[in-house]
Amino acid sequence: MLTATNPEPTSSQMRLLIIEDDRESAEYLAKAFREVGHVAELAGDGEEGLALAQSGDYDVLVVDRMLPKRDGLSVIGALREKGDTTPALILSALGQVDDRIKGLRAGGDDYLPKPYAFAELLARVEVLSRRRGGPSEETSYRVGDLELDRLSHQVRRGATEITLQPREFRLLEYLMKHAGQVVTRTMLLENVWDYHFDPQTNVIDVHISRLRSKIDKGQEHPLLHTIRGAGYMIRDGMR
Amino acid sequence: MTAFGKLIRTTAFRLTLVYLFLFALFAASLLGYFAWNTRRMITEQITETVNGELSELDQQYSRGGIRGLVFAIESRAMRPGANLYLLTTPQGQAVAGNIGSLQPGVMNNIGWANTVYHRLDENDSKNHFALVRVTQLSGGFRLLIGRDLEERQRLFGIVAKAAQWSVAIVLLLGLGGGIFVARRVLHRIDAMTGTTQRIMGGDLSERLPVGRSGDELDRLAGNLNAMLDRIEALMAGLKEVSDNIAHDLKTPLTRLRNRAEEALADAGNETEYRAALERTIEESDGLIRTFNALLMIARAESGQARDNMADFDAATVARDIQELYEPLAEDNGLALEVQTEPAIIHGNRELISQAIANLVENAIKYGKPAEPTEGVKPSVLIEARRDAEGVKLSVTDHGAGIPEADRQRAMERFVRLEASRTLPGSGLGLSLASAVAVLHGGELRLDDAKPGVRATLAMPGRDVEQAGV
Repeated sequence: MLTATNPEPTSSQMRLLIIEDDRESAEYLAKAFREVGHVAELAGDGEEGLALAQSGDYDVLVVDRMLPKRDGLSVIGALREKGDTTPALILSALGQVDDRIKGLRAGGDDYLPKPYAFAELLARVEVLSRRRGGPSEETSYRVGDLELDRLSHQVRRGATEITLQPREFRLLEYLMKHAGQVVTRTMLLENVWDYHFDPQTNVIDVHISRLRSKIDKGQEHPLLHTIRGAGYMIRDGMR
Repeated sequence: MTAFGKLIRTTAFRLTLVYLFLFALFAASLLGYFAWNTRRMITEQITETVNGELSELDQQYSRGGIRGLVFAIESRAMRPGANLYLLTTPQGQAVAGNIGSLQPGVMNNIGWANTVYHRLDENDSKNHFALVRVTQLSGGFRLLIGRDLEERQRLFGIVAKAAQWSVAIVLLLGLGGGIFVARRVLHRIDAMTGTTQRIMGGDLSERLPVGRSGDELDRLAGNLNAMLDRIEALMAGLKEVSDNIAHDLKTPLTRLRNRAEEALADAGNETEYRAALERTIEESDGLIRTFNALLMIARAESGQARDNMADFDAATVARDIQELYEPLAEDNGLALEVQTEPAIIHGNRELISQAIANLVENAIKYGKPAEPTEGVKPSVLIEARRDAEGVKLSVTDHGAGIPEADRQRAMERFVRLEASRTLPGSGLGLSLASAVAVLHGGELRLDDAKPGVRATLAMPGRDVEQAGV
């Protein structure tokens, strides 16, 4: 599951609670999160998980859907009922759209079917933790000399105006909203296109390369980076 | 259970018993009502006759005195089928009439009475019953006039006999009919039970016997047979799928294992290990995709996705997919075009999008013409149309096409036509599209686009007005 190239930590340290009954997967996850610099704690069943989540201060909860003693969705439901809004990502062996909708309705913030790549999980958890922190909806984004105005739909790189198709604009908008964070192909497909299936071919890569040719072509410092084995990231290379 | 025990436990037999009881009750009450009414009528008639005679004799008495009365009574008593008469002195001595003996005390009470009597001219000891009226005449004489009740009695006898017979006949016919029907039903049910037991024993090809009468049992048997057909088809599908899964998952799993083993044995440095591990991950991702596709097909085929249906415009789906795949098609030297008209459909947007995406991926993979025309970019066309038949979402390419003979087979799971073996793919794309079409009450059609393939999801649509769009 762990990809060959471990993605570098892209955001500040997070405190995670992993509620997962399979000991081996739980420890693997905790180890992987610690390796990229985060703090991860473990709970082996729903009751323990709920107790820990209520007492501790976590940035993100990673909750397995099927747990002994208390179902994962019910753990999240109980937290939400008490006004706890800690972002929660649901892990589930049930990967279908209906199950996903059920999970999100129960108060989950994201849903990842098993088996998953760790890079995918990491990227999603980091986005969730960031969402919690900063102001969520800004009217414009800026990365290096690239500027995107969400109101006038204008994009400029330095002094040059860049014309984008509507979908390209949304793609760039999503990438810039999560600037400095890894964004996976599935995340893009879900958030920019609203599809939850897995295309067999490299559709997303082609969209990215088109976007890249519009914003990075001929530039000294490329902003849109491919993170091997994980996805993409927009970042000011000069940082 | 004994044969008889089984028989009386049948629904038909129990119903018969209930009906039998109801019919007997009905017959009894009908006869009872008839008897009671007749009795009332006869009594009324007697009362009238007696009253009439009394007034006549009373007149005789006032006209001709006791002598005239005696004379009149004697002459009336002589007539055949005469009524009953008795005239007594104030001392209770009989003066005239045709009654030999009476129940004691009858003459002491004025008014109506039922009594036992004997006629003067009868010597038998048999009791006769009569309805009589006793009146007091002036001078202390008492006059009794009455009528024999034999008629009434006889009528009762007839009614009672009729009741006995009718109950007996109802019971006999009812029980006989009940047993007949129950045995017939039991016989057929036994046959069905036998068959179902054999089916449960594992022989799914058995079918229930269906008669020609078209009654409820035949309809039931017909429906059960249809259900068995469906189950058998599903089982066959399941077996085929599990065979195919076994094959198509085991092959990459074996490859996976071999690579890992090989890396363990041969890899000398980190770079080689790394490469081996990366290939392993790639391979397992492919496996996961195949697995997901299979699950999705299974879900579409089982109809579970029906929970998540809504109205949407198929034209939007077509345009969205075109927009998603256009750059990829471009990279592959193809122009991906879209033509739509509003086509509202009730369904699962996600599944339909995925089905169209699969068709487009196929078209991009196989849609390049064998002999490209100079200067003309080959195209793939996505269409959303609405016609009398319903909504049609189609993807047309101008590639080599699929030979007519292979079209049906192409939609089966894991089938990859020879031409496609060299390109990546799970062989599940068309099966998923087909399963999605079936889930929405339609079908996947593969037609010759001369040259190329036109793959169409033909599904029933929704009226625009009806959907309120």
